Amino acid sequence: MTPMTSGALTISDGRLALSALLILVNVGLSAALRLGLTRSLLVASLRMVVQLLLVGFVLEWLFRQDHAPLIVLVGAAMAMIAGISAVQRTRRRFAGIYLNSLLSVMASSALVTGLAVTGLIQPQPWYDPQYLIPLLGMVLGNTLNGISLGLDRFMEGLRSGRDQVETALALGATRWEACQEVVRDAIRVAMIPTINSMMVMGLVSLPGMMTGQILQGATPDAAVRYQIVILFMIASATALGVFGVVGLAYGRLTSADHQLRLDRLVG
Amino acid sequence: MGPSLLLRAEGLKRQLGDRLLWSQLNLVLAAGDRLGLVAPSGAGKTLLLRALALLDPLQAGTISLQGRPPATWGLPRWRSMVLYLAQRPTAHGGTVEANLRSPWEFQELRGRGGWRYERIKGWLQALGRDPSFLAYDAERLSGGELQLLALLRALQFDPSVLLLDEPTASLDGATTAALEALLIEWLAAGQRACVFTSHDSEQIQRFATRTLELRP
Repeated sequence: MTPMTSGALTISDGRLALSALLILVNVGLSAALRLGLTRSLLVASLRMVVQLLLVGFVLEWLFRQDHAPLIVLVGAAMAMIAGISAVQRTRRRFAGIYLNSLLSVMASSALVTGLAVTGLIQPQPWYDPQYLIPLLGMVLGNTLNGISLGLDRFMEGLRSGRDQVETALALGATRWEACQEVVRDAIRVAMIPTINSMMVMGLVSLPGMMTGQILQGATPDAAVRYQIVILFMIASATALGVFGVVGLAYGRLTSADHQLRLDRLVG
Repeated sequence: MGPSLLLRAEGLKRQLGDRLLWSQLNLVLAAGDRLGLVAPSGAGKTLLLRALALLDPLQAGTISLQGRPPATWGLPRWRSMVLYLAQRPTAHGGTVEANLRSPWEFQELRGRGGWRYERIKGWLQALGRDPSFLAYDAERLSGGELQLLALLRALQFDPSVLLLDEPTASLDGATTAALEALLIEWLAAGQRACVFTSHDSEQIQRFATRTLELRP
């Protein structure tokens, strides 16, 4: 478990405090234009600082651990939070939606991150938290977005396309024949952000992880290689997660009797 | 031997929340029947038609077609034979013809002869419409034209039982009369029956061979 290099310049406490003065730009603007954001700005700044400092402590502790079950447990907890947050951003719910989301997030991120640490990046041991946890975090953050977009779009699509779907069913379509357009549309929409971000990668956006590695002294070539692996991981995990969650929602909102069960949808 | 028995429903019930719409409902349909449903708005006429097409799960009771329960037919086949026409029909993008053709792609309907232009043309003529109707943009049809599209789309599969939910609500008097005549002719051409609702009590008197009153 050797760190990549000895690292970038350290930011002292004094300079860290100084950086907080930058928020005064926002506060000043808010006061001058009476945006009413002063309070939220200060609260958000404070939360950001406290949360990150805490995460810093947690990660320092975690990176010293060498106990596979513990690290996997932390990973599972992260996946659980991602699965729950994904549902919280959708407009409607159905019984079992949290379970569906959890299953999809966990299965897709475990599969893809597992393949990455055992086959592509191969840290020794495979559960080295310095690799596993950040990789998993990046995958989860993106899968979460895909899943909320896909789920939301699927439920709204069935709602707004209800008459079309039932017209097809009434003529003798199977539930898949009647719903496939809605399913496809939901998966397509959920994949768009990933595709977009890959399109402009390096041109418009320099990803945070790559910037971090370069500041830490990694060569741009090494950082770019990591970034490429990460993006492919994100793309495949998002695809798997979205496919899983939309598939499960489809199973829940239709029945084996080829009925549309929107009565199971609340909100 | 009398006309053959098509559809039999026994002990059906429908409850919305804690409101009982109808219960202990029995219904028998024989070939040639034109059953009019009589009930005030909100009494669950549409829900009964949807129940017969098994678009909603049955809350109680049993139902069979030609003596066989739905599971032995398979739900897609059941619905192609007990065909429900919604009060507000929908069409997808493209022409009227594209809308009439697309259901033939369904697994259930694929091997059943397919689109027949001459037949559709004959029906259009009976309804006082020109064959150019087929080239219309389906998304720009009026409510009445949409109802005609839905009827043609259903008739081409020769269902045993047509479930018509306010089939003439958006049609003018002349077209309504033409549609009734067409339906009578179509019903007589095979072992077929229909169940319909109408807000027009005169239509029920004129068109129904029997009526069924819905009550809790």
